[in-house]
Amino acid sequence: MAPHTEQLTRPAARLRGLTRSFDGRTVLDGIDLDLPAGQFTALLGHSGSGKSTLLRAVAGLDHKVAGSGRLDAPERVSVVFQDSRLLPWRRVLDNVLLGLDGKDAERKGRQALAEVGLEGRERAWPSELSGGEAQRAALARSLVREPELLLADEPFGALDALTRIRMHGLLRELWKRHRPAVLLVTHDVDEAIVLADRVLVLEKGRIGLDLTIDRPHPRSYRDPLLGEYRERLLAALGVTEDQ
Amino acid sequence: MTATTTTAPVVTEPRERVRRPRRRSLSPGRRLPAARLVGPALLLAVWAAASAAGRLDPGAIPAPWTVLRTAGHLWTAGTLPTDIATSVERAAYGFAIGLVAGVVLALASGLSRVGEALIDGTVNLNRAIPTLGLIPLFILWLGIGEAFKIAIIAIVVYVPIYLNTHAALSGIDSRFVELAEVQGLSRLRFVRQIVIPGALPGFFVGLRLGVTGSWLGLVVLEQINATSGLGYMMFQAQNYGQSDVILVGLLVYGVFGLVSDSAVRLIERRVLSWRRTLSS
Repeated sequence: MAPHTEQLTRPAARLRGLTRSFDGRTVLDGIDLDLPAGQFTALLGHSGSGKSTLLRAVAGLDHKVAGSGRLDAPERVSVVFQDSRLLPWRRVLDNVLLGLDGKDAERKGRQALAEVGLEGRERAWPSELSGGEAQRAALARSLVREPELLLADEPFGALDALTRIRMHGLLRELWKRHRPAVLLVTHDVDEAIVLADRVLVLEKGRIGLDLTIDRPHPRSYRDPLLGEYRERLLAALGVTEDQ
Repeated sequence: MTATTTTAPVVTEPRERVRRPRRRSLSPGRRLPAARLVGPALLLAVWAAASAAGRLDPGAIPAPWTVLRTAGHLWTAGTLPTDIATSVERAAYGFAIGLVAGVVLALASGLSRVGEALIDGTVNLNRAIPTLGLIPLFILWLGIGEAFKIAIIAIVVYVPIYLNTHAALSGIDSRFVELAEVQGLSRLRFVRQIVIPGALPGFFVGLRLGVTGSWLGLVVLEQINATSGLGYMMFQAQNYGQSDVILVGLLVYGVFGLVSDSAVRLIERRVLSWRRTLSS
């Protein structure tokens, strides 16, 4: 489907002064952030820096967390978790269709599975899938709802290196086709550089660095021009090359 | 040197002995055919052999064929079918009521905090009292007819079904709760598509305990408080020293227990076909 032109100007999500704290410890300290429609953004940070807290806030999953601030998120938000989170008692297609209505749903589900390369596995049980396949099914489940905003919480963190590279290509391709705004939370600097057009670094509860990566896709890990971005991001994360 | 080595055909046999440590398979291996019948068949054979050799006192343990002949007599005389029907009816009513009560209470308690506050403690209090100890009280309340027997069986059945189903319901993975929220599931759909399927394995554990419990309760009730049924038949036989009739009664109880447990296992395997465990 073609991206709506109005989306290009309207932000998919808008955060103003977003604050979250656990037991008096401030994790997010007044975040101001616009996520433009159709933009692929990566969010980097140390473990415990609050990047998952930020994602869960945008996803509306932080019911019992103390906090304040304003948050405008679109109607259709999908989340991909680090684990595929497929229900073991539903077949793959039924997992993709979870919560989806309408007589057209099944056709959309099959189409989504075909897009992620799982055609023919509709009737498989989740326990029969490999880690990569399960995560692709989870991607299909998030895409079939045609989200305006796709939140991904370290979606490739549990995959092996080879599978991860293939999944990078797939995610980027799906994004190009459907153009949701993407917020990809990761701790992998290279993953952020290869995939995203904008990389944020979360530091002490604030956006410490907001970097636009203006390089054509598909990108290679070996692209020397990306090295500069890598160094700036590592510096923002407090890591220097000789450490 | 090179000429000799190249012309001579070097035949390397595929090496059968691979030098690597053999991994011991930890799964119990392939199932024997008709595995569940092997033990009982062996027991029957020993019994028959001992009877034929005259090593058993026929007054205490009659031969298998004597038991079968007695069963045939009782069947054609019409008393055995009546007794069986009475017993099965009791067990079935008690089991059905216990099953419904266990499931309904577990759902009410597992899905709402108010329900939990009202029900869970009460059921656990009930569990602490040995159900068979309630028999005298129930006879006073309901008389010595069918109602009290069915009530006791229902209590024996509902407790394990409630406990296991409730534990399974409250043990639903919080990650799946999150998923349901993300996918925008309504509360009803969340219960139907995530909570109940997730609690089914626990429910089946309770169901199997409940089925066994219904027969256990039946045996006790019919042995001490019956005026009809299999237990009554056995009680009478005891008075007249008819050990073969007692064995017929035990045989029927045994068959019921085995058949009902197998039925539950079969249903369980069908319903939980997504599970791949050691037993598959």
